[in-house]
Amino acid sequence: MSSDNKKVLFGPVVDNNPIALQVLGVCSALAVTSSMANALVMTIAVMLVTAFSNLFISAIRNQIPSSVRIIVQMAIIASLVIVVDQVLKAFSYQLSKELSVYIGLIITNCIVMGRAEAFAMKEKPGVSFLDGIGNGLGYGAVLLVVAFFRELLGFGTLFGIEILQLTQNGGWYQGNGLLVLPFSSFFIIGLTIWAIRQWKPEQVEED
Amino acid sequence: MSSNKETVGKTLGFVFVVCLVCAALVSVSAIGLKPLQQANKLLDKQTKILEASGLIEKAGSDIVGTYAKFVEAKMIELETGKIIDGDTDSFDERADSRDASKSTKPENDIAGLSRRADRAVIYLVKDDQGQLDTIVLPIVGSGLWDLMYGFVGLAPDLNTVRSVVYSDLKETPGLGAEVLNPKWKALWPGKKMYNEQGEPAIQLVKGGAKQNDINGVDALSGATLTSNGVTSTLRFWLGTEGYGPFVANFKNGGLE
Repeated sequence: MSSDNKKVLFGPVVDNNPIALQVLGVCSALAVTSSMANALVMTIAVMLVTAFSNLFISAIRNQIPSSVRIIVQMAIIASLVIVVDQVLKAFSYQLSKELSVYIGLIITNCIVMGRAEAFAMKEKPGVSFLDGIGNGLGYGAVLLVVAFFRELLGFGTLFGIEILQLTQNGGWYQGNGLLVLPFSSFFIIGLTIWAIRQWKPEQVEED
Repeated sequence: MSSNKETVGKTLGFVFVVCLVCAALVSVSAIGLKPLQQANKLLDKQTKILEASGLIEKAGSDIVGTYAKFVEAKMIELETGKIIDGDTDSFDERADSRDASKSTKPENDIAGLSRRADRAVIYLVKDDQGQLDTIVLPIVGSGLWDLMYGFVGLAPDLNTVRSVVYSDLKETPGLGAEVLNPKWKALWPGKKMYNEQGEPAIQLVKGGAKQNDINGVDALSGATLTSNGVTSTLRFWLGTEGYGPFVANFKNGGLE
């Protein structure tokens, strides 16, 4: 793999993270991070949608009339999201029941649209596909960090496996009620952004 | 950008082709995966019914076989409480309750349903000897965010609770969604739905039910509205506008 491709694929994980640096896709990062399993499935779904929408849009980028390009992008993204939703319903019914509405909302996830418009419209299909996977990884990295803290401290579990036994189940750990609720993700995302910018000060915006 | 692709005709043509391809993709996936999805849905429902009847551990991985062996579905008309003919497999409570010709507006809508389907499918669960062991009744009622769907398993006296199992809800994880917590579900067996006057008296008690309170179950901490919803749902469905007439018929003469 050339170093350019590597940059496209792994750049979005830390250096150009869609949530932490571009602050896109935050809405779903709040909603689906109450458990690691949900966050992981959502990550895979977003990754696939972004990758394939980038691939298809890039493949026809020279044919898309610029006056209707957003609509065309939306049609492709929406179709892919429906397919993902159908596949999930067929193969992972429990998770699709928990995630259903948020899978549908991938259509409005700014990351997908943002990559289509900013990257796939200019670049070749192969590298666009990698860019989609890369942004999915970046999105997933933040989601999993948030879900890790929310599930562990809120519910005392990780991937549903009990780590800290909750008082309501006869244990010693009093679950953190704040972390159970979606908006607590704001705090964790904020702290994550702070931590990344401590590590990579070049991401800090000028005043 | 070349100008020749920007004409109105080419633009319309392009959009048409994209739509056609997308529509084909969506149709193929929706139709191709439908059998699997329906199987999943059915399996999920059967799992919940077995859970409500206490057979889930016995069933192990053979949900379909155990269900077929022990569970019998019957359709009833709620107003009269009589068993009627009907296709129990295709019956869809949610579709019926939205259809004005197949549902009625409850007079005392404590469960927050707006409309209640006229018919219901109940499940008779037998034991190894073929004796009626549990009757599983579907319930639905408002929680905090949305309707909560579930099943209640009753002993053949239609009073003693075997289980309360929610199958589909959108309550807050960690708070209202604790109705799915096994510890809470374990509080239910043995409780009575009705008081001595035969009125639905089951309720969730904030701060914890007293030890000898046969109609009371601990409410969920931090989820007052969900708890109230569970109380109202059960009281509605066991009352005269729910399974009340069926319960009366059943006590008077069994299922005939």
